[in-house]
Order: sequence, then C-alpha cells, then structure tokens
Amino acid sequence: MLRKGIALAALGLALVGGPALAAGGAATPHHVDFSFKGPFGKFDQAQLQRGYKVYREVCAACHSMELVSFRNLGQKGGPFYDPDYQNPNDNPYVKTIAAEYQINDIDSETGDVIQRPGTSADAFPSPYPNEAAARAGNGGALPPDLSVMAKARHHGADYIYSLLSGYREPPAGLTVSPGQYYNPYMAGDTTPFWTGEGHAPEGGFIAMPPQLAPDKVTFDDGTPSTIDQQAKDVAAFLYWAAEPKMEERKAFGFGAMIYLVIFAGLLYASYRRIWRNVAH
Amino acid sequence: MSGHSTYEPKTGIERWLDTRLPIVRLGWDSIVDYPTPKNLNYWWTFGGILAVCLGIQIVTGVVLAMHYVPHVDHAFASVERIMRDVNYGWLVRYMHANGASMFFIAVYIHMFRGLYYGSYKAPREVLWILGCIIYLLMMATAFMGYVLPWGQMSFHGAVVITNLFGALPIVGEAITTWLWGGFAVDNATLNRFFSLHFLLPFMIAGVVGLHIWALHVPGNNNPTGVNVQSKADTVPFHPYYTVKDGFAIVLFLILFATFLFYNPNALGHADNYIPANPLVTPAHIVPEWYFLPFYAILRAVPDKLGGVILMFGAIAVLFVLPWLDTSKVRSMRYRPTGKLYFMIFVVACLVLGYCGGQLPDNHVIPGLSTFILIDADLNSMVWLSRLATLYYFGYFLVILPLLGLTETPTAQPESISTPVLSHPAGMPAGAVAAPEKKG
Repeated sequence: MLRKGIALAALGLALVGGPALAAGGAATPHHVDFSFKGPFGKFDQAQLQRGYKVYREVCAACHSMELVSFRNLGQKGGPFYDPDYQNPNDNPYVKTIAAEYQINDIDSETGDVIQRPGTSADAFPSPYPNEAAARAGNGGALPPDLSVMAKARHHGADYIYSLLSGYREPPAGLTVSPGQYYNPYMAGDTTPFWTGEGHAPEGGFIAMPPQLAPDKVTFDDGTPSTIDQQAKDVAAFLYWAAEPKMEERKAFGFGAMIYLVIFAGLLYASYRRIWRNVAH
Repeated sequence: MSGHSTYEPKTGIERWLDTRLPIVRLGWDSIVDYPTPKNLNYWWTFGGILAVCLGIQIVTGVVLAMHYVPHVDHAFASVERIMRDVNYGWLVRYMHANGASMFFIAVYIHMFRGLYYGSYKAPREVLWILGCIIYLLMMATAFMGYVLPWGQMSFHGAVVITNLFGALPIVGEAITTWLWGGFAVDNATLNRFFSLHFLLPFMIAGVVGLHIWALHVPGNNNPTGVNVQSKADTVPFHPYYTVKDGFAIVLFLILFATFLFYNPNALGHADNYIPANPLVTPAHIVPEWYFLPFYAILRAVPDKLGGVILMFGAIAVLFVLPWLDTSKVRSMRYRPTGKLYFMIFVVACLVLGYCGGQLPDNHVIPGLSTFILIDADLNSMVWLSRLATLYYFGYFLVILPLLGLTETPTAQPESISTPVLSHPAGMPAGAVAAPEKKG
C-alpha cells in the first residue's frame, strides 16, 4: 500500500505539473482578438481585403497558394463576396483580379505554350515554376505553400501574426548564420548557437528576412499601415484561406446544437415518463 | 434470443415470411422484447453510442471515398478539395475525422465499464473476446485512416508503426517489405492502406453482429453483477432502453458537435496539414491521442523488440482477462479493495496517455530538475511511463489473479430487485406515489 501511495502522490504531482517546456522552445504566440474567433465569430471582410493585399504585394513574391482559386475570393465569407453575385465566377472584382495575372496554358489549336489572362476558375499562380527554382531563388530554403498554413502550425493565425511582427535583434551571445534570421516565435533550438549567460533564448532561426515595414502596403480603406496591422490582416486572410467554410460551419453548428438540445430534452422527458412506474 | 420467443405474427404476410425467413422475429426478439435488467445505469448506454459511431464512420467514409484520390501526389490536395469544393465536404470530412476520436472515447468508456462491472466473466467470455477483436480492428482501421490524408504525421506515423514489425527476429524485414509493398512507405503502401481502410469497417460491422449475438444469449450484465432471476428483474428493451439509449446518444452527439463545429482540428495534429515529405522528419512524431498509452508503453522499454512485445502484450492480455480474474464476484461494487486497485488502473492508463504525448526526457515535476538514482533520471516521462506500465500489467497479471483469492467481498444483493426496493428514496419523485396524475 505504501508503494501505491507514493505512486499516487507522484501521479498527483505529475498531473498538476503540466507539460514542461524543453529548453529552446519557441515563445508562446500573442493572443489576438480576431473577429473570427469564438463560436459566433465571423470574418471581417475589410480585414480580409487588406490581408489579401498584403499577401499579394508581399508574400506572393515567394509563397504559392496552390489550393486557392480566384473564385474563392468571391465566395460567401470571402474577401470580395458580393450578395449580388451568388456565383463567384461572375463577381466583377474576382474577374478583374484574375485578369491581372498571366496564366501558363497550352493553345488548344496549335499546342504551343502560351500565356493568357487569368479567369475566376484559375488557381492562384505560383511564383516559381518548380521547387528547385524556388530554392534557388531563396538561398536553398523553400518558401512553403500558404494555402493551409493557418492550420499547419499550432496557434494558427496567432502564430502567423506573432512570427511576422516578432522579429528581434538577436540577443548578444547568439550567433546567427548568414542567410538566417532570429525570431522568438520560430520553432527550433538556439542552444548550439548560444554563448551567452544562462538559458539560450526562446525561438529559432528562419530563412525569411523580416518582410513587413510601415507603409509597405497602402490600405485602400485608410487604415494606418503599421507592421502590427499588416501582420494581423495577413494572418486573418491566411486563416480564411485555410478555413474558407468556417462561417458556414459555425452557422450550421448553431442550428445543429439547438436541434440536439431540444431533441435531448424531449428524449429525457420521454425517458422519465416511460420509466415512471419502474423502480430501478 | 435467450429463452422463448414471444413474437406472434399478426398479418398474413408476416406469417408467410416467418415460416420462410424469421427475420422480423429476430428483430422483435433482439430489440423489442429482449428482456433487459432494469437497473442498467448510463455507463451501459455506450454500446448503443458505439453502434451510432460505427454507422456515422461508414456513411461518411463511403462518401469521402467517392472524392478521395489514393495517390501520393494527389491525396493531400484531394482531401483539401473535399474541404473546399465538395458540397458539405467540410462537414463530411470533419465528421469522419472527429468521429474517429469520438468512437475511441466511447469504446474506452465501454471497456472500462466492462472491467469495473466484471462483464467479461462467465458466461460472457466470448462476448468480451469479440469486443477485444473489434477494438483491434478499430485500431488498425484508425491507424490506416490517419495515413490517407498523406500529411507529415500520416507519413511518418506510418513509417514508425510499420517499422515496428521490423523488430521481429528473422521475418521482421520480410514482413515490413510485404506491408509496404516496396522498400519504403510509398504509393503502394498508401493504396493498400486505402483498400484495407475501406474493408475493415465492414469486418467490424460483422464482428459487432457476433458481439450482439453473444450478448443476447446470456443477456446483459448489470451494475450489481447478480444474475437475472425472474421477470421482475427485467424490462423489455423497447421502449425502456431505446429511449434511455436514445437520450444518451443525443447527449453524446452534443459533445461530438462541439468538436465538429467549433474546434474541428483540436484532436488532430497541426503537422498533418503539411504535405508528406519523406526527407523532412517532424520534430516530434506523435500518434493520435487514442494510441498514446500504447506509444508510452512502447517507449518505456529500452529495447525495440521488447517494446513491441510489451505494446502488443498490453492488448493481448485483455483477451485472457476472463481467466486471470479469480474473483467469483462480478461487480466491483462489492469488492472494496478491488475497486481501489481498479481506480488506480484507470489513473495509470490516463498517465500512460499523458506520457505518450510528452518527450521521454521531459521532466515530470518541472521545478525539480533531476532525481538521479543509480544512473537514471527518475524525474522523467520515461520513468513515469515505466511505473504506469508496471501497474498496467501488474493489475492484470498479479492483482486480479491474487485479489480474487484473498479479498473479502461485501454482501451482494440476492437479486437485482432487492437493492432497488430497499432504497425507495432512489426512485424518481412521484414514480409510485401517483402515477395516474402524471398524464
């Protein structure tokens, strides 16, 4: 019994203790009050439009978004949704944006390789023709596809915001290799590069230099274009790109919940009635 | 099925069919007139909940298979296409992904209930073993299903698990190559996993049929563990348990819907939204939460083959449990010492699950950096896993066999009805007092 008691005590401590962060873990991302959080959260369309502009003018130079098509921009919940155009392929904003791109294609008459203006049905064109070209253009590092980035990292949009706005000067004692940048929110371990006092700093190294700068993107709605604002807006846009059906999902869930709760109440009442004469 | 059938065909066509294929009689005896102990508590509703889970997984899975492309170059994008372009594809896919987790929540509660109330004891050994087979099939199905989206965790999880068979002496390498269909986890592996992932649920459905058959021969166990003695101890399954199970199922669906609609990725791993890349290994490869206890047992052993044997042994021991428990008393209600050991067993399983999600070298008590004893840091997850693994096997192989011989159980009721009638306060208010006034 005594051994069991010790084991139980150890268990209790283990459960209270919680996970211990190993040295060199990344900093916990900031909690941003995005409009789409919470059970009734919706996308802020103006923010999505600003975020799209940041993506297009900054991120898209290196990052692809292969799973997103121009028509998605005009879908319900999307940055350019317009209730007058239920078919997003007809949405004039979407058509205009798509036409600004040249898409590689094959001429169906001659078989020649051609370029034609984009249509709503086209996927976002990638900045590089292949992975080798992408690596060659970025010092050997591959800029990841951003289509589902907001689901592919813990803390999702909070992480993207924190990473983009969180670049710091490396603390004295941290050796940063050429072509690398220190970021406290990047996963990794700085211990091997640390010669300073105490624990190695949180975070890791990232091959992407800081991209955002004040007024780098001009917001058409007059929102001050700070690094913080750009990072928030592009994080919101990337969250939308990863979960374009989020508004539909939450609305559906609200109805389903009401239905289930009423159904549960009816079944409970039936249960009490049916069992009322049975001692159990 | 047990005892005399009470079905009486009322119409001509029913009489005609009954003498040719008594399928209506089978249904009537199984889910309408089936005599069920009247004292089943809510822990007994998980059988019905599991049937619903299986149904949901099969229906959503068949729809997903219409859109999914089992090819290493297209699998990831095809899943995202389901999420984006298929009508209500996000609903079907999230139902299937979260449904797997819900299925395991329910099956673990169902198994712990069986352990606590001694539902594996005679005459229900075959029923229990069939349940263990279902559980094994579920694990295989869930593992192969998790590989199909071909994300980073899919791929590297498949590499880790299939490599376990490589630990077997002599035949290990050949078995691994045979499982892969090649010399690495690749397109052939994905294809066969898809094929088997489609097949196994129907095998599960078949064994569930046997499981229900094996249930209906001896009849349900009950919280007292005392055999049914007379008709006064039972109620017909319908409407008494259809309504009670129905209520519990809807409560369970509310839990399901909470994840499905408001946090659909909470039970998965973010890395599985990164397309599989054999050249980049994720920092921490962790299985889905429902495999974490077994993962902890695997990693608790320093030797690979030993770990594999112990991990499979953790499931194998369940199969022989009916012959390990020597106690004649079924329900832990009347085994005070046994109840205590059972509670510690539940905690040990939870601890194993917790350790499985941690790095082996992580500290158990964060403030205390090390606790060195004979060359080992006892303040580490791997040692906590070892302690819990020891208890897991000790519970089945030492405690249950010996306890049944030494413990003194408390008095069991003479029949199911006895404890009920001796506690009138336990009845619903107004149940007997004035039933006519309640509509």
